[in-house]
Amino acid sequence: MLIAATLAILVVMIMATIRAFMGPTLYDRVLAVNMFGTKTVLLISLLGFVMGRPEFLDIAIVYALINFISVIGVLRYSDNFTLKQSSEEQKK
Amino acid sequence: MQVTSSILLLIGSFLCISGGVGILRFPDFYTRMHAVGVTETLATSMILIGLILHNPDFLIDVKLVIILLMTLFISPTASHALANAAMHNDLAMKKNEDVNNKVKPSNP
Repeated sequence: MLIAATLAILVVMIMATIRAFMGPTLYDRVLAVNMFGTKTVLLISLLGFVMGRPEFLDIAIVYALINFISVIGVLRYSDNFTLKQSSEEQKK
Repeated sequence: MQVTSSILLLIGSFLCISGGVGILRFPDFYTRMHAVGVTETLATSMILIGLILHNPDFLIDVKLVIILLMTLFISPTASHALANAAMHNDLAMKKNEDVNNKVKPSNP
């Protein structure tokens, strides 16, 4: 059952990658990357149990934190970018 | 215990796959975010509770509970930040007329 769940999560990660490449806007891509990150946390912890090495859970904890920080950072960057663009348009 | 763990893992896998189908097939950014944001938390908690029931070691259970709590806090926060940024930057929703015109192109 662990291997079945691992395969299902791999399929979902492929779907999220397709949306990240197809996505018409920036936010679709950020959403897909966020989903990919959470599924990576699940995949790492499942793989730890499949391979019989549950020490992988430490890596999963660190990956969850990195994923959150990266999503918030990209959103903040996009906010600043659009704000700068609109203020330059107002100057013109 | 193993049977319960298997059932929870199966439910979690089904919810994951439904979220993946939702992110591929829904027409709009906000509907896609609904699919992902709703399924993500429940699927993650189902799979992690299944793993907790699967193994008897105490320290590993504590680590899994830490991952579960972090996911339950982080995933709605990221979804809210994403929706907030999209609305601040005037990302347009798909209107109802567009969907109707797409379904029935013969109607004026």
